[in-house]
Amino acid sequence: MASLLKKLGSFAAGATLLFAASAALAKPLTVGFAQTGAESAWRTANTNSMKSEAEKRGINLKFADGQGKQENQIRAVRTFVTQGVDAIVLAPIVETGWEPVLREAKRAKIPVVIMDRKVQTSDESLYACFIGSDFYKEGAMAAEWIAKNAGSRSKIVELQGTPGSAAANERRKAFADELAKNPALKIIDSQSGDFRRSGGKEVMEAFLKKHGKDIEIVYAHNDDMALGAIQAIEEAGLKPGKDILIVSIDAIKEGVQAVVDGKINAVVECNPLFGPKIYDTIAKIKAGEPVERSSYNVDIVIDSTNAAALIGQRQY
Amino acid sequence: MSKSKSLSPVWWPLIGLAVLVAVNLALNPAFLNVTVLDGRLYGLPIDILNQGARGLVLALGMTLVIATGGVDLSVGSVMAAAGALAAVLLAEGHGLAVALTAGLGVGLLAGAANGLLVARFGIQPIVATLILMVVGRGAAQLMTNGEVVVIKNDAFAFVGNGTVFGFPFAPLLAIALFVAAQLFLRRTASGLFIEAVGDNETAARFAGLGAARVKGLVYVICGLCAGLAGLMAAANIRAADSYRMGENMELDAIFAVVVGGTALTGGRFLLLGSFIGALLLQTLTTTMYNLGVPPAVAPVPKAVLILVVCLLQSEHARRWAVSLVKGGKK
Repeated sequence: MASLLKKLGSFAAGATLLFAASAALAKPLTVGFAQTGAESAWRTANTNSMKSEAEKRGINLKFADGQGKQENQIRAVRTFVTQGVDAIVLAPIVETGWEPVLREAKRAKIPVVIMDRKVQTSDESLYACFIGSDFYKEGAMAAEWIAKNAGSRSKIVELQGTPGSAAANERRKAFADELAKNPALKIIDSQSGDFRRSGGKEVMEAFLKKHGKDIEIVYAHNDDMALGAIQAIEEAGLKPGKDILIVSIDAIKEGVQAVVDGKINAVVECNPLFGPKIYDTIAKIKAGEPVERSSYNVDIVIDSTNAAALIGQRQY
Repeated sequence: MSKSKSLSPVWWPLIGLAVLVAVNLALNPAFLNVTVLDGRLYGLPIDILNQGARGLVLALGMTLVIATGGVDLSVGSVMAAAGALAAVLLAEGHGLAVALTAGLGVGLLAGAANGLLVARFGIQPIVATLILMVVGRGAAQLMTNGEVVVIKNDAFAFVGNGTVFGFPFAPLLAIALFVAAQLFLRRTASGLFIEAVGDNETAARFAGLGAARVKGLVYVICGLCAGLAGLMAAANIRAADSYRMGENMELDAIFAVVVGGTALTGGRFLLLGSFIGALLLQTLTTTMYNLGVPPAVAPVPKAVLILVVCLLQSEHARRWAVSLVKGGKK
């Protein structure tokens, strides 16, 4: 009995010591992260960035994979609130239906950072801020690059993403808006390749039969479709990047490699590495500093001038 | 019109296909042009055959499953798993034979699992194959680590891209499989066995037929077809995209079979009908590109044509249409 008491005593002492030590080290931040799922390479890179950056900063990250379902994400956020985390990061799978759970977080005074896609709420104060990708700007940057580098080429075919998706809508709209300023350039055909490599190839095959040598420029809403289109162009006996200019968006490793190889002329980055910016923002919120209501990740254009230098540090 | 009752159901998708080709030709006279480029045939009809080859192979397996009154929802995911495994093995430096065997092996195993659940344990086909529909894609993502695996093996790419005397290999393979299946099923009693099980399983069993074995076997064949389709899909784009490969392909395959005149209730099956049905679907997709239909609108004309062919396939709808025409004349 005495030995048991002794053991209990030393355990209690140890526990107090531990507690004191962690308190002295300024309690590590606990962040709950409700991710949509793992539906694409972009998403995987996004998750990895959040995890590795948390590790680097000594942040205790609680990760919840929503597996593509809003109900899973709502449950995850609710759990984070119950656990009393310091901040919640939410990458919403859809735009609506978040109010009740966001209200719970607000009541518990836990700031919520919305990542990547937007949410619609009647009360803006339900979340701290939005940090996302600027799809519109990406489309505009692609058009600007073409306007600057197309030379005498003018006829464009467009490979759209999945109809109705925010990325496809914004990238299409921005491109069209930008082209309106350059009357020399025009889109002669536009179809959806569904963001898939196979889709890009199939649509490009049909375009090549329909328009033949008229096609001078390909604008693809993502790298995968551009990579599929390259195969179709090569099978038609043409040289991608030379006979036909190719511009796409995303800048996955393979896409940047294609730029190095001269098969894609330019890719506009859609940076999934949100980690640093997200945690910087959370630190600011925790310190009581003001943060921007909505801000965007900085994206760059990668073409033959900088691709070789950037390919080495490509993480995704 | 009175003759329509004796008309084979194969005619209806064929008529749909003919109408589609006619519309394409009217709006783009170059639609059927085929030229020779670098020693291979080149043109939209070739694209339709080449891109449609996967759908053809899937429709072949699906026809047999549907003939027994079942359905296989897992084919799209099995495609992804087979393609992913083959791509991963090739990336690790294994040879062509290993990759092909492994891909077909995935199909075989998946088919055997489905067959076991449906035929041996009597689980509803929709539920039984739904399991693999979920698991298959998960396995594919696990194998590839959620990344697109690029294939650099030219011999493997032949399965989806190669040509034999200028003609694309993939559709040739699909056509050969259809001919072989037709000969085997119709020259032997095996086709009849499948139809008997689909018509009335109990009666077939009382007649001395190993109904469970027949049922199990059709799922194995369907799984093998899905494995092959997965290899073709990966070879065609020289990459295995585990997220998107074969997505919704199970629905396309079921469509092709039903449009081709095989009833979901089982019994009579028509391989030729499924063949034409699968071609019809691919021609529809290509038509949207050829005519420049905006992608947001494209599903509507597609759905309308499929609906029309399904209505033509229906005895009741035909009779009703005939009575309307006759009634109008009076």
